[in-house]
Parts: sequence; C-alpha cells; structure tokens
Amino acid sequence: MSELPAHVVDNPRLGTWITVAGGVVEVHVGKVELGQGIVTALAQIAADALALPLSRIRMLAAHTTHGPDEGLTAGSLSVLQAGPALRHVGAVVRALAGPPDDEYVARIAALDPDTDLLTAPTADAVTPDAVGSSTPRLDLPDKVLGRPRYLADLRPDGLLHGRVLRPPSPGARLLELDDDWKAPGVELVRDGSFVGVVGEREADVDRALEQLARDCAWAEEDALPDGDDLPTWLRAGPHEEIEVLDESPAPGTLSASYSRPFLVHGSIAPSVGLARWDGDALRVWSHSQGIHPLRMAIASALGLDPAVVEVEHVENAGCYGHNAADDAAFDAVLLARAVPGHPVQVRWTRPDELAWGPLSSAMTATVSASLADGRIAGWCYDVWSQGHTARPMYRGIPGLLAGAHLATPVPLLPATDPPTAAGGGTTRNAVPIYDVGPRRIAGHRRVDSPFRTSAMRALGAYLNVFAIESFMDELAEEAGADPVDFRLAHLTDERAARVVAEAARLAEWGEELPDEVGRGIGFARYKDKGAYCAVVAEVGVASSVAVRRLTVVADIGLVVNPDGARNQLEGGATQSTSWTTKERVRFDRRRISSTDWETYPILTFREAPLVDVHLVDSAAPSLGAGEAAQGPTAAAIANAVHHALGVRVRDLPLDADAVVRAIEAQE
Amino acid sequence: MRITVNGEDVGLTSDGDTTLLTALRDELGLVGTRFGCGQGLCGACFVDVDGTVMPSCQTPVWQVEGQAVTTVEGLSQDGEPHPVQRAILDRQAAQCGFCISGIVVRAAALLRDEPDADAARVTEALDRNLCRCGAQRRIIEAVLAVRESR
Ligand code: FES
Ligand code: FES
Repeated sequence: MSELPAHVVDNPRLGTWITVAGGVVEVHVGKVELGQGIVTALAQIAADALALPLSRIRMLAAHTTHGPDEGLTAGSLSVLQAGPALRHVGAVVRALAGPPDDEYVARIAALDPDTDLLTAPTADAVTPDAVGSSTPRLDLPDKVLGRPRYLADLRPDGLLHGRVLRPPSPGARLLELDDDWKAPGVELVRDGSFVGVVGEREADVDRALEQLARDCAWAEEDALPDGDDLPTWLRAGPHEEIEVLDESPAPGTLSASYSRPFLVHGSIAPSVGLARWDGDALRVWSHSQGIHPLRMAIASALGLDPAVVEVEHVENAGCYGHNAADDAAFDAVLLARAVPGHPVQVRWTRPDELAWGPLSSAMTATVSASLADGRIAGWCYDVWSQGHTARPMYRGIPGLLAGAHLATPVPLLPATDPPTAAGGGTTRNAVPIYDVGPRRIAGHRRVDSPFRTSAMRALGAYLNVFAIESFMDELAEEAGADPVDFRLAHLTDERAARVVAEAARLAEWGEELPDEVGRGIGFARYKDKGAYCAVVAEVGVASSVAVRRLTVVADIGLVVNPDGARNQLEGGATQSTSWTTKERVRFDRRRISSTDWETYPILTFREAPLVDVHLVDSAAPSLGAGEAAQGPTAAAIANAVHHALGVRVRDLPLDADAVVRAIEAQE
Repeated sequence: MRITVNGEDVGLTSDGDTTLLTALRDELGLVGTRFGCGQGLCGACFVDVDGTVMPSCQTPVWQVEGQAVTTVEGLSQDGEPHPVQRAILDRQAAQCGFCISGIVVRAAALLRDEPDADAARVTEALDRNLCRCGAQRRIIEAVLAVRESR
C-alpha cells in the first residue's frame, strides 16, 4: 500500500481519473496547463500507461468535482507527482479491460467507476512509446490559430462583464462615493472599499470604471519604503528567523553582499475570473494554479459550505507562479453575487495586474568565506527577504485580495515560506552545492511590509544562486583559478560536474572573444534535489548590457518530451535575462508607479538572446525543467559582465546604469 | 456603423468611440484578437487595417469605417493555416501562445510587404510585440522558416 503513488491514495476511485465518451478515453488530471506544456507531457504518460495512441485519449481540464485533487501545479513537481499516478491508473485499466484490441475502449467504458485503485489488480508496466518523443503540444493549435481557448474567450449565455476599481495605493481606504452613483449600462457593486461595476457590454464597463476612478475619494498614506535602498529596509526587520544549518565555521575573510528588487509576474494577459451563482450553488472558472485551495478559500471567505462551490480550470496566458488568478476569480464571485443566474467575467486592467498582483520579493544576501591553499574553507551565508508564498489557504486563511477591502474584512496575512523539506522559499538554494568546509546558513524573513508578495518562478533560488555563483567567481579570482576549474574542484556530485563541464565545452569556454564581450558561467541544482542546470552567457557591454547568447545544459532525469523541456529551459533563461537586465518594480513613498510596459519594461525581440539548450542523457527520475535556469542565468550574465569589464555588479537589475555605478564605485 | 472584417461587411451597434478590440471580441465574437494591455504597448491585439498593422485596443471603430480589417481569424485560407501559423506550430514556437495572434498578424504583414525579410528585419518588425514566456527566438526562427520553405 505504501508503494502506491500519493495521488492515487488521495484519489482512489477509478472514475475520478478515467471516463469514456464517444469512443475516446477521457483522462482527468488535477494538474493544469499554465502555458508550460504539462498537459501534453501527461497525455504522453497516460497514452503509454493505457496502451492507447494519443489520438484515442482526451485530456480534460481540472475540475474540483469531476477530477482528482492533485494539489497545486507548481514547483516543477507536476510530472514527478502526476506521472506515477497515471501509470498506476493505466496499469489497473489494462489489467481489468485489456488487451488493447478493437473492443478495449468499449470494455473500459463498462468498468465500474467505483473500482478501488488501491486494491484493484495491476498489469505489468509497458515499454514507453509516446514518452521520450517530442509530441507537439495539444493546446497550441487553438492558441496559434486564434480560436477561443483562454478564459476571457468564454461566452456563456447571459454573460455579463465586470470590472473592479482597486484602491490607488496599498492600504488606501474608500472615503467617499455618492450613494446614487450611476453610469450608463452598468450596475454598481460596493462592499466597504471594494467597488466594481457589472454590465452587458465591455465598452460600458470599461467606461464606467474610468468614471468610477474619477468619482471615488480615498484616504491614503505614505507607507512604502525607500525604493533605492531596499537592502537596508529588508535587514531592518522585524524578522522570522529561518535556521538552515550551522556547522560553526570561522568568520570568512572575504565577503560580499548582493541584492535584487521586487519583480512582477507580468503575464501578457491580465488575470480573469468567471463566476455564476445559482441559488446557493456557486460555479467558478479560473486559471488558478490550485483550484481546490481556491474553492476552500472562496467558501471560507464567504462562510459557505465548500460543497456548494465548484471550480473548473480554464487556461490563460503564461503563469509563472502565484499571480492574480485567484484574486480575479474572487472578484467575479463578489460581482456575480449581485446578479444571480448570470455568469460574470471580470478582467483586470494592465495597471492593476502590475501593481496589485502578488509581487516577487526583493532580497539581499551577504556571503563570506575563507580560502586555504586555493580551496574554500568555511562559508557563511545570510539572506533577507519577505516571504515567498501567500497562496490561498496557505496559512489557513483565504488570502484573496478583495477580502481585505470588504466592509467586514477577511484580511490578508504576510507571506511565509514553504517548509524547508519542500524546498523553502527565502532560503531555497541557499546551501551551496560545493564542498566548502563548515557552513552556516540562515534566512531572515521580514514580516511586516506594505507589499504583498508570493511565489514566483524559482522563489528565493533566483537571488541565492545569483549570490552564490557570483561569489564563486569572486573567490576563483582571488584564488587565481579559472571559474570553471574552480567549480569542478569543489564539486563531488558527478551529475553536477558533468553538467558544468559540458556547458563549458559547448560554449567554447576559454576561446577568444571580440572586444567588449565577456563570458560567464552560473550553475545550480534547483531546490537541491531537482534539475541540474549550468548556463554560460556571452554578453556585450559596448553601450548597454546585451546578452548575445546563452548555452544551457541541464540534467532533468528521464525526459518525457525533449522539445517541450528544451522550450521550458529556453523560455526560463530568456525570462531570467529580462529580470536580470531590465526589471524593477518602481514606487514612491505612497504608490507603485510601474504600471505599464513603459514604466516596467521587459525584454523585447531585439534583446532576446540566442539560446542553445542541451539535455544530458539520464535515466534518473524525471525532474521539472521550468525553474532550473532562472538563477544560473542571472549569475552567468553578471559573471560575463565582470569578465568583459572587470567590474562586479552585485545589485540587480544589471542594466547600463548599474554598470556605470559599479565602475564609479571601483574608481 | 459598418466595417469590413476578414472580407465580410458587418454592421456594428457599438458607438464609434468603442475600441476596435472590444467591438471584435465583444460584439462580433472574434476572440482570436487578444487583450493584453489596452495601452498600445504589447501587440497582443494587433490587427491589419488596409495593410497597416495597428493595436486594435487603441483604435476607435469610427477610424476604420469603410476600411478592411484583417484579424488572426482572417489569415487562414480555406481552413488552411497561414504559413506563419504553420511554421509556429511546426517548430512549437510558443509556450502559452497568448502573444501569438498579434505576432502572426505582424509577421504575415511583414512577409507580404517584404517577402525576403532577413533575421534583422523580422526581429525589428516584431519589436513591438511582447512575449513574457521567452519564445522570441523560436518565433523569429519560425518566421524565417516561412521564407526558406518557399
Ligand atoms: S492590448 Fe493592445 S497593445 Fe496591448
Ligand atoms: S508564448 Fe506566452 S507570452 Fe509569448
């Protein structure tokens, strides 16, 4: 029994996973498509497990009533968690309905949906056929051909559109709004500082929102810290302490501090929610990463029995962590309550998406180490950050934005971090993979803050890997060693050494480069037990910081879909290039001011580097690829800038201004 | 108000100040044109108006009265995807795909006007389209592959 996949134990009914309709086997999964191709990878696994061609199965969207509860789709764990469950379900189906002849699907249709997967017989494992092939994404044709596919494209009967007016600054309270406020074609919904409009036509709700913004008066205060000195503010506390390990190293003789600013998710689509009340029953459609926690959060915020709430996943644009999807769903629920029987679709505005979606926390770290005979002998590392998760129900509270604005508030709590066993947040990847002698590693989580932060791709690993890998280069320089040789000399993990060496070889490490171009490396094993990933960056520094080429080498274990994995790593490295060289949430003492793509610029087509991705052959268990490149890319870029110019930029973003400041500081 | 969308003459009840994007999505049900920012800064809503690519989120419908609007839905011919769409699918040059409609419209216009556009031209032409998933390089390769396959 203990051998059974956890997701089968949690969802032991066959009918929760498998149904048949129109001669096609429907596979219900609890993992959701976030733009990363997961549903295609799971379809490949399911097809093999059921001994059916991909054309005979259909993947259904996650649903709180009709499908399994597989928790969140996050943390690069989807294939690791959902794969074994699908293999088990397939083995039961083959044992009960096999062999896969002409009548096979008909026999599957006749299986008892209440079959207990925990006690049912299982057939032997099959040799993979679909797994390991670069199956094209199942969802892309709709998306590329412009067919309805995203949540905002749904047009159910009786659809109404909704917009919510968010306060102008964190902590603002609605002072005044005329009781008879009216705008053409819309109905006003107000509850405390939560204000929104509902109407039949999008044009009407958009105009009404503009009018509402003019007509509302708010009480605001200057509650934000100095955006130009976030490290001091992060270090000031108050903190919750996170002890990682303490092997009593002597204080290091070499030391450096690094930092990164607040970042946004910046999905190309704003968040959307759709909801309908029918009497006491509530149906919700959301692009949430976790439809089950969202269901509990909505029920808890409104004091409902969770049994009356149903949530179904519908895709939206790329999701890189806990964005505003859940908040938009709750907005739709609140607005739809005013118009029972009508589905209400709420779409956030771009400024709200950038200012009110959960942010990824600013961070700073100080590392110190000593060298003895060219080797690292002792390592101290302290990192300061806000928490990296405030997901719905994470601390047993709903955690939905609008809750904080209601007349009877359902407040938000400061973000915390996932447990260390789950990879941690602030301290994710804070322990160096290298053999560095005795270590002391500690995290300090700032708990009071006007900013709402939560999980974004790689969480704390982005800064921690940037800091560790930058410092490795600084130590190598001190030791007079080549950065690649220096890393290899401190690596005992063979898979790690192989990835680093392979990246150096493929990137022609050591070969001559043109003037004003540098080469740098960054490496990490994501979450200490996930994918290994090394990145070599080639960066031009003539007038701006131009990342020309990234060579990415990864060991992600057994590869389910090679092209899909390469696409994920390429996208991750490109996105990290954007974070690293351009991005920063801007604010004054009162308001966030980076509310469009001009004030929060991201990487353009011209700036996108060439990315070569290589996957190392491996039969080890499959590991997620989506987050592995974020930290290594940042360090590789900083190390390449140092290689080209001899200056060290330790505070991100690494743009032209930062280079100028670093040159001035050095002089 | 009457406009021509994908070769069809259609009447609109939306008033003239309604954005073309809203008219397309909300009134005509052509949801392939995506809302990304509503500020003219991301390209997700690009459409072709009489040969010029413009952000439909910044274009009031009165401005396109009597002109020919082509959306992503209008690029496929007899059910066959446009070569740019074909190439993007062949190369799996997308992740979430949300940026793709606007990119397909922009790239199709470029290849129509400059059939021999090189990598530099393609990159330049797409510089007002944002992609957050990091699919830029694959997309550029896909557009260039159209040229090579001719
Ligand atoms: S939605 Fe029109 S440019 Fe972004
Ligand atoms: S593929 Fe997601 S924004 Fe381009």
